[in-house]
Amino acid sequence: MMAARREPAVDQKLASGMGLSAEEYARILALLGRTPNLTELGIFSAMWSEHCSYKSSKKWLKTLPTTAPWVICGPGENAGVIDIGQGWAAIFKMESHNHPSFIEPYQGAATGVGGILRDVFTMGARPIAIMDPLRFGAPDHPKTRHLVAGVVAGIGGYGNCIGVPTVGGECTFHPSYNGNILVNAMTVGLARADRIFYSKAAGVGNPVIYVGSKTGRDGIHGATMASAEFDERSEEKRPTVQVGDPFTEKLLLEACLELMATDAIVAIQDMGAAGLTSSSFEMASKGGVGIEIDLDRVPTREPGMSAYELMLSESQERMLMILEAGREPEAEAIFRKWELDFAVIGRITDSGRMILRKDGQLAADLEIAPLVASAPEYERPWTPTPARAPLPAAAVPGPPKGMLEALAQLLDTPDLCSKRWVWEQYDHMVMADTAQGPGGDAAVVRIHDSNRALAITTDCTPRYVAADPVMGGRQAVAESWRNLTAVGARPLAITDCMNFGNPQRPEIMGQFVGAIQGMGEACRALDYPVVSGNVSLYNETSGKGIQPTPAIGGVGLVEDLRRSVSLAGRAGLAIYVVGETRGHLGSSVYLRELWGSEDGAPPPVDLAAERRHGDFVRAQILAGHVGACHDTADGGLLVAVAEMAIAGGIGAHLQAAPAGVPAHAFWFGEDQARYVLAIAPDHVAAVTAAAAKANVPLAALGRFTGTALTLPGETAISVAELRRRREAWLPRYMGQA
Amino acid sequence: MKAAVIVFPASNCDRDIQVALRQSMGEEPIMVWHREGTLPKVDLIVLPGGFSYGDYLRAGAMAAHSPIMREVVARAGRGVPVLGVCNGFQILAEAGLLPGVLMRNATLKFVCRDVHLKVEAANSIFTGGYRPQQVLRIPIAHADGNYFADDRTLDELEDEGRIAFRYCEPDGRISSEANPNGAQRNIAGIFNKDRNVLGLMPHPERAADPALGNTDGRALFDHLVASLGP
Repeated sequence: MMAARREPAVDQKLASGMGLSAEEYARILALLGRTPNLTELGIFSAMWSEHCSYKSSKKWLKTLPTTAPWVICGPGENAGVIDIGQGWAAIFKMESHNHPSFIEPYQGAATGVGGILRDVFTMGARPIAIMDPLRFGAPDHPKTRHLVAGVVAGIGGYGNCIGVPTVGGECTFHPSYNGNILVNAMTVGLARADRIFYSKAAGVGNPVIYVGSKTGRDGIHGATMASAEFDERSEEKRPTVQVGDPFTEKLLLEACLELMATDAIVAIQDMGAAGLTSSSFEMASKGGVGIEIDLDRVPTREPGMSAYELMLSESQERMLMILEAGREPEAEAIFRKWELDFAVIGRITDSGRMILRKDGQLAADLEIAPLVASAPEYERPWTPTPARAPLPAAAVPGPPKGMLEALAQLLDTPDLCSKRWVWEQYDHMVMADTAQGPGGDAAVVRIHDSNRALAITTDCTPRYVAADPVMGGRQAVAESWRNLTAVGARPLAITDCMNFGNPQRPEIMGQFVGAIQGMGEACRALDYPVVSGNVSLYNETSGKGIQPTPAIGGVGLVEDLRRSVSLAGRAGLAIYVVGETRGHLGSSVYLRELWGSEDGAPPPVDLAAERRHGDFVRAQILAGHVGACHDTADGGLLVAVAEMAIAGGIGAHLQAAPAGVPAHAFWFGEDQARYVLAIAPDHVAAVTAAAAKANVPLAALGRFTGTALTLPGETAISVAELRRRREAWLPRYMGQA
Repeated sequence: MKAAVIVFPASNCDRDIQVALRQSMGEEPIMVWHREGTLPKVDLIVLPGGFSYGDYLRAGAMAAHSPIMREVVARAGRGVPVLGVCNGFQILAEAGLLPGVLMRNATLKFVCRDVHLKVEAANSIFTGGYRPQQVLRIPIAHADGNYFADDRTLDELEDEGRIAFRYCEPDGRISSEANPNGAQRNIAGIFNKDRNVLGLMPHPERAADPALGNTDGRALFDHLVASLGP
């Protein structure tokens, strides 16, 4: 005789173990008028987790601008959708997979990529690009090397297999991430603008379909884990990390797109965080309908799974769909062709309730609308981050051995070194539409079978956000806008991935509120709305939070690929800087790497200047006046020129810094709203005249020529040597793995 | 000329090679799902790159046992040209149409970058569009491209002029630094005895479009079309 598995008694202690507060548990009791059973409690815990409910962040996220004439669908769906003309839409989103990646780097990162791909193709888009901004702990922390190796291999392992190019991202290091690395992943896809699929369930009697992989016991309560702080015992949470299967996802992608070419689908959503629970509740809630599910019909990997496990599993590569009744056979034939599971597991009802059955018995009976509507929304107390005093350039010493030696030294540091070791492990060329891959300001990926392209970038400067969340939030958005502009694209919209510490601490909540304020200001000033995003809180270990990291993923449109430029300098081109160079060294890379200090206010971001300078640069690129262009960011002007020289394999003869700004502040200051342009001599007059007319500062720096970087009064340094220095750090570091 | 591209589960360069073939042929190749029982009569069969069956067993090992491969082997035996790129090369080796095996890269890591290739044999239907010893720049993207065979087989390949491409320096020198994956004797691509089957790890289809700045791979497709008729 089979013994029935005994479920634990539901009480407040059990609820607390699932991450629900005493107050939240009381709210559940009041809502139901009874004690929930284990499955129901699990559902509440997942739906009301920070990860699924945005309970700490919702109030502030609502203040971000989300509309523009080209926005088709803003936040709230699986991904954001924008109109890119000629009948096409770009669909994109960025998400975090921080907690799982720290616990199990390969699978954590791999399933992060898998999840964000599904968010995009569930809306009907073929994914065309992946970007991965990564933040690791200090290089000398004992876990860092292992985490870098595992995360990079995991991202490659998934993206390479499914055949979507990984075209860029970021990879930086800071001790604040020692116990909480950030693994963010963004996917961009293309769909016909009139063939977009949403998650709103409809049609009483329509079948609820489960497709993809079978359900196992992996990742149970992952969303709850992602909503808690870490401590020394976090390793014990390894079983909550899911395992990725990119092969099955590739089949799922092709099967879904094949079915989407018909009109059989009413609604579709991927089973991501909180699996069957969140997908079924969100779909029903959006459509104002009820759902009945027979859990015995869910394809399973192992026998004896309980209702609780089936509802909370985060097994990967699964989708939930509502089909038009009667279309099941043709849909099933497609999924069978691709050797995937296909099961009718339930029906849409008009009851407004979620009714789950298991082994012929009622396993849960919950009213959907109140559960979703009563999800807690907190106005967490917050305190603004104290303003830092500006750091005058004169207070920062110049480099001991001259500018060029300081430059070589900076290029050989973890944040400024070449990330080739990372991106050569990613297939960044598959699909044969990559016009600019990793290593430039923005990736440029052609819209297949056309002359147009999307430009894509991910950006954030966490040290600025830590120093001044409002300015740092502005800067993250502005830098992404600049990076798109620098390749000649028109920036259209962003997705954001808000990585912060514990929101129950007022100073952390203050960072969040400040960053959102700054981001909103920049989005409005630049006509650059937020169309999707994700919030990852509780990035803390033993009470120490990460540097606040609102990662921004920007997408822009290149109307004519032939007009797009890269950062590669060419012989004979004159070098100019757009924007004002005051020599801001507070919170700069120069200050940190040469003098070991993270002091000072970050550079101010003048949004009107950003707009004016960027629009000027884009117009000059589109007019064909610009041979190469590079955003000036970390490390300042000299680093930007060196990167252009290295990319083009050409030397640069630079003039002395102007009087009035200390030379090291001129060359290494991180003033914003600046670009370096390389201009052919016969276009210089036109560009200069246009700058004067547009009230845009433009100053000559020198010329690309020869084989070395030269500055008056200093020993020249060859481009070959600069390249060697810049390529050295990461392989040297990882070589010890 | 008619060409067929065999699509296995998780092939992922099938569209890329379709585009390159269309560009050279002026018409669409036939895309054949691996479970289809019959292979139409064609002048060229292509096994594209990707991760057939996820490479969860040995790369190419599962696809090599797909029913359609019996027909591919039979057609190859009758002289129909067969081209295998990357995962396609791995499948050809696993199916026994080409000697040797493709092992995990010596670095143990996936690698995606442009490499330089020396055309070692320009006397084939695939390579006739190149000059002997010509140096090409072509991308690679693989984790298992480390070509291995015993010395006798390698000597035989050399003696019979069956090494199609070797990894080289930009100036054509063959060096261990130019070898991205540890392949024996820098081998990047080989022919069968009858020279109607070519397997290569690099991706010529990714270097065939002027808009992307590199067309070094295009002559391979153009020459196939020129040889096999319009």
